[in-house]
Amino acid sequence: MGKTVLIVDDSASMRQIVSFALKDAGFDVIAAVDGKDALEKLNAIKTEMIITDLNMPNLNGIELIKQVRQTTGHKFTPIIMLTTESQESKKVEGRQAGASGWIVKPFTPDQLLGVVKKFIR
Amino acid sequence: MAGFEGFEDRHKEVFREEARELLSELEGSLLELEEDPENTELIERIFRAMHTIKGSGAMAGFDEIVSFTHELETAFDLVRDKKVPVTKELIGITLTSRDILRDMLEGTAGSSAGQAAQEIISNLKHIIPEFPCSGSKKVQPHGINEKALCLPGEEKALTYRIRFRPNQDIFKIGTNPSFLIDELRALGDCMVIAQIDSIPVLSEFDFEACYLYWDFILTTSHGVNAIKDVFIFVENSSELKIEVIDDGLSQSPDYKKIGEILLEKGDVSAEDLRKALRQRRNIGSIMVESGLVEQGKLTSALAEQQYIREKRKQFKEAEAAASVRVPSRKLDVLADLVGELVTLQARLNQFSLTENDSELVAIAEGVERLTDDLRENIMSVRLIPISTVFSKLKRVVRDLSSELGKEIELEIEGGETELDKSLIEKISDPLMHIIRNSIDHGIEPPAGREALGKPRKGTIILHVFHSGASVLIQVRDDGKGLDAEAIRTKAIDKGLIPPGVEIEGKDIYQLIFASGLSTANEVTKISGRGVGMDVVRKNIDALRGTVEVESWKGKGTCVTIRVPLTLAIIDGLLVKIADDHFVIPLSIVEECVELTRSETVGTNSRHIANVRGEIIPYIDLRDIFGIGGTPPEIEQIVITQTDGRKVGFLVDSVVGETQTVIKALGSTFKKVDWISGATILGDGTVALIIAASHIMKLWEEQGAQRTACKAE
Repeated sequence: MGKTVLIVDDSASMRQIVSFALKDAGFDVIAAVDGKDALEKLNAIKTEMIITDLNMPNLNGIELIKQVRQTTGHKFTPIIMLTTESQESKKVEGRQAGASGWIVKPFTPDQLLGVVKKFIR
Repeated sequence: MAGFEGFEDRHKEVFREEARELLSELEGSLLELEEDPENTELIERIFRAMHTIKGSGAMAGFDEIVSFTHELETAFDLVRDKKVPVTKELIGITLTSRDILRDMLEGTAGSSAGQAAQEIISNLKHIIPEFPCSGSKKVQPHGINEKALCLPGEEKALTYRIRFRPNQDIFKIGTNPSFLIDELRALGDCMVIAQIDSIPVLSEFDFEACYLYWDFILTTSHGVNAIKDVFIFVENSSELKIEVIDDGLSQSPDYKKIGEILLEKGDVSAEDLRKALRQRRNIGSIMVESGLVEQGKLTSALAEQQYIREKRKQFKEAEAAASVRVPSRKLDVLADLVGELVTLQARLNQFSLTENDSELVAIAEGVERLTDDLRENIMSVRLIPISTVFSKLKRVVRDLSSELGKEIELEIEGGETELDKSLIEKISDPLMHIIRNSIDHGIEPPAGREALGKPRKGTIILHVFHSGASVLIQVRDDGKGLDAEAIRTKAIDKGLIPPGVEIEGKDIYQLIFASGLSTANEVTKISGRGVGMDVVRKNIDALRGTVEVESWKGKGTCVTIRVPLTLAIIDGLLVKIADDHFVIPLSIVEECVELTRSETVGTNSRHIANVRGEIIPYIDLRDIFGIGGTPPEIEQIVITQTDGRKVGFLVDSVVGETQTVIKALGSTFKKVDWISGATILGDGTVALIIAASHIMKLWEEQGAQRTACKAE
């Protein structure tokens, strides 16, 4: 069985694009629509990696990262931020909150996998 | 990216669906905001909707929507930061934008949507003076270097020494260094040495910290950026040092001594190294025994030494196995024979055309194709990389600079450029001389440089590259540059230029190639005798090359040598004067223009042509070679670039391009330097190959005499 990745994004198409790419590469994917939803899913399902958008209603990405790092069992979980080129300052904030890496939209499936595979196999 | 297209298609519909929802949400929020303009929650929602449309739109390939939404987002970012107030006008414009976005999404409005978007953007800029002039800011994709991911580098394999010392908290940002090590390993031959000297005693051990750090020796052709990409997310928090330790060019199987490696890596101090060396024993074990260096670091240095030696040995063996050693004399003979063949083939071609026999023409064409291939192959066999002379140059720079108390670094670019073997042998001396000059006259002493605000260390850059049928070799230094005034004074002194004659810019610098001119105040062992640069000029001339100097006072000098790719065969332009043929080397030809009789009369026979507004002097070859008869109504000027100047050569007609084998004129004509050789044409007649720079000189001398005669 593949490792489980949680994709957190309020955009349905982004969720679909990321899950398709990861599923094609043999990962299991679960999706959450915002930070709050993500924390609930993390409690219920064993997750090896989190990919999250930053700009979301009900708990944004940065807050989510901070809270995940406080959650038992997710101290060392890799977290990748989905950013846009205009969010340079957010990237720094995210890193301070405990994010592992980032990928800038738009990206190709190969580029996404390149980043994911830095953290899990 | 072919896969990307299909990838977009399967997501386009989902994005449309989503964007429709977001757009209607946007409309609702905008209308609410009009009633309640201070509501930050609403502004945030509007901003987020735009941001999502932009981000997801980019992924689904809706570029038009993305760039337009980017501008809207910029505007609302200013609103969010309270730099711009919410006005009815702004809301009106944004609502129109929303409609345009819908049109773009459904693809109903065609190109008119783009036009409408442009209007909106200019309106926005009008009402928001703070709007940044981003223009059509292109959304930059992906945080990862695309080249590293998609294209296997075609660069040369280099060997790097990498030290990666992660932050002790690396696990806490979800990163496992072992994955990074695996990623690095995938780039090429890699040796990993873990360093364990930072691991504390058990009582102080934090189980969540990373105490290890690593030394890598990696041979990869992917380039340094691919290595940096491996560490992209941790480079800010970690210590990362990447150095090239082997460029694959070195022929010697020996590598640095252990002490040198440790010193370079900063693992030991120079003082400690000297102390250990005095004991004249195995240096590594001494240093470990006396606690100057940890065992791990010694292991790493030893491994590096071993690794590079192995690599170089392998490389040498591979080269030896794949090549045959042949005396170069044999190659010369072969090249000569091919040269004869080319001449004969040209005759065959010409003959076949006059015979009107299609069978013969076909054979002649076949022979031509084969001879071309053969010629190219034999030429490429004779080509060797110019880097073979560089080790000698490096040595000269090292020895000379320490002798003169200067600090100089020699940087080499394009060492892999290939040149004819005999050319390389002949270019080495002039090159050495130019570099000596740079070291002696160009680069200032370290203290002087510091006083001028320059880096202590001077740099000489040797840059070799192809340009058409020539190879350019540039020697550039960042020294004090040439002193134009001193050269002028000296030249007048030596009678090289008559006093009062104005010579400017480049022409002044060209004078340094005149014999007997040295501006050095005292003769040093290295230079200052005024012989040298003229010898350089003579040597380069003999190779049918040119040499140019450019200089910037206080900033440096650049000497450019241009030589043809090969010596035995040239690409030339065949021209005709009366019944005689001449060949002008194609490497210097810029263009051909027509000259009508009326123009000649108009310029009062001053031999000046006006080419698209540029004034170019030309030399009448009929005159130079003393050929009688009357020139045709319309003559041709072949414009060439010679020694940094444009000069035309006037001929009756231009026949066309030709590849010719150069034959020396023989000892009888040894002193004729304005002809660099001769060649036999297809019909058996002989054509002279002209040496442009010498003809120019000859013409100038004659010109000076003429003026002198007139003056009397």
